[in-house]
Order: sequence, then structure tokens, then C-alpha cells
Amino acid sequence: MYYIDPHIHMVSRTTDDYETLAKMGCVALSEPAFWAGYDRGSAAGFRDYFEQLTAFEPKRAGWYGIQHYTWLCINAKEAENVSLAREVIAIIPEFLDRPGVLGIGEIGLNKNTRNEATVFMEHIDLAVRTDEQILIHTPHLEDKYQGTRMILDMLCDDGRINRDRVLVDHVEEHTVRQVLDEGFWAGMTLYPVSKCTPARAADIIETYGPERLLVNSAGDWGPSKPTAVPDFILEMRRRGHPESLIRRVVYDNPLTFFSQSRNFVFNPPDVAEPAQL
Amino acid sequence: MPGLRTAREVFDQQFLPVRAKLLEVAAALDRIDRSNGSLANDPRRTQVQAAIQVLLRPEDDRAEQIQLIFSRQYDRDWRENFRMTNDE
Ligand SMILES: [Zn+2]
Repeated sequence: MYYIDPHIHMVSRTTDDYETLAKMGCVALSEPAFWAGYDRGSAAGFRDYFEQLTAFEPKRAGWYGIQHYTWLCINAKEAENVSLAREVIAIIPEFLDRPGVLGIGEIGLNKNTRNEATVFMEHIDLAVRTDEQILIHTPHLEDKYQGTRMILDMLCDDGRINRDRVLVDHVEEHTVRQVLDEGFWAGMTLYPVSKCTPARAADIIETYGPERLLVNSAGDWGPSKPTAVPDFILEMRRRGHPESLIRRVVYDNPLTFFSQSRNFVFNPPDVAEPAQL
Repeated sequence: MPGLRTAREVFDQQFLPVRAKLLEVAAALDRIDRSNGSLANDPRRTQVQAAIQVLLRPEDDRAEQIQLIFSRQYDRDWRENFRMTNDE
């Protein structure tokens, strides 16, 4: 089955991973800007990163026939430094008209601090002013519930936001309902030991239905599995779910969400160019 | 949209994994208890105890309830506590 991984950090992965993803049926992916595992020293470091995300990664993905899209921001962890964050937010508009840029992300909270909330709202303001879509990271482990609620408070307070164009990611059993009830898209991240497993993601689909739900691998430099979406497909098949339902979650839903971005140009796989090596 | 399988089918598939995971938890708790020192003041030990209690409940939202046990409290007034108001 063809699928789209809506959240994966390919800058941290090898070219062999691109090849494996292509063989597994991945036809497109989107890569939000995130924390590199260390704090960058300057706004210039982010400019280089945005260059990599918008120029080199699409090229590398293209070698295997995968269409690469991206989201730009300063991540929640480095957003603790508000003055650096403001410098980075100021350079983002230079990149927003590049092909494949879908919006602002992954913004959000990490430790649910005042500084993180301040920078989150400044990103939201940028997205609204530039009419960009938004992709949101929710915190890890014990901070997730509190942080997700705080994020929903800030989003729901801003009457300018079109909720159909906002994806709240890394939802789990205790946060998915509020996100969907408020009218946002929700993403489930399939990780080996934290976040969701393929089985728990399938449970959530069985509980809430496929509307506005996405699954992703969030593959990055830590313990993660870039081929987690095919694991989810297999889990759904083993439960006897129809191909149409599975395809809705792993292909149609990402297309519906991404299609609201002005820079989203997609060649469906049947008419795609052959992979060029 | 409920699952398509009967409880018997799901149980047949899940029995061995559940048995294995229960044994892992039991062995880890034994390992902790056989080690030196006390966890009397560690709130995480209380969380684990509370999570195990949830497993015994009949409701079908155990995963959500266990997630909440391991979560920080959400304070509706967080903005006032941060002194973040609309005029900022
Ligand atoms: Zn991410």
C-alpha cells in the first residue's frame, strides 16, 4: 500500500532509510523542523538548517521517488531562549515561499514553561499573518497532558485560527479526545518505547474513527523506527480492517491536510516519474 | 467504530503477550524489593501502585487512566500563574 509519513526527521536518517521507505510504499513525507540533540548557537545555524530542509533533503528524497515536504520554526526546547527564538522567527518568512514548505512547525511546548508559551504564541501569530498551516509538538511523558491542555488553551483563545489547518501531534489515549473535540487534526506517533505503539494507535482508530487522525513514525536521531507506519498498516490488516479504512488514515488523510498548504504540489504515484538514481 | 473481532479472538491473540508483560512487571517489582534501600519517599512508586490498581477496574478506559496517573496536573489558571495576560 502506498502511504505518506506526515512526521519524520530525515536529516537524522541515512540515505539507506530513504531507500527502505520507498520499498515499503512511502511516496511522500513531511519533515518538521526540530531539536538537533544539541542547542544551536545562533540564528545563522537555523538558516543553514532551513536551507538543508528546503533544498538538499527534497533532492535526496527524490533519488528514491519520495516527495519531501517540510515545516519551519524554532523547536520548543530551544524556544526557552526567547531572544534567539525571535531572531529565528524573523528569518522564517524568507523560506515560506519555497517549494514544499507546508507551514510553521513543529512548534509547541517541552517543559511547559512561560518562555516556551511566549514563543509558541509568537509562532502562531506568524502563521496567522502569513496564512500558513501549523504543526504542533506536544511534550513527552509526564508533561504531555498539562502541555497539551495549555496548547489547546492558547489555540482556542485565538479566534483567528482555522482549526482545520492545525495538526496537534503525538497524541495518546489521554489527549486525543480533547484535540479532536476542539476540531483540530491529531497525529499519533509510533515509537518503540514511548508515545504510541502500532497496536495502541489501532485501538485509538477503533475508538474514535479515522476522521482527522494521522499516524507517523517521527523517526529521528533517537530510538525510533522510520518504517513504523507500515507496522501500523500490518496491525490494522491483522485485525481485519478494510484496505479503504487503512488507506484513509495513512494516505488520504495526510493528502487532505497537506492540500490546504499553498506550496503543496503532489504527483500521485501512478503518474509519478520513475525514481532517478 | 468498534473492532471487528470477538473478545475470544482478541484474547486468544493477546493471552501470551499479556502473560509475558505481567511477568516482566512482577519480576521488576521483585528485583526492586530485593535491592538495598527504601523507595518510601519516591512518588513514582506510588504511581506504579496506582496504575496496577487501575488494571483491576472493569471499565474499558484503563490505558487513559494509567496515562493520567503518570501525568502532571493541569492547572486551568496557568496563565495567571505565569502572569501572561492578553495585553502582553
Ligand atoms: Zn518531531
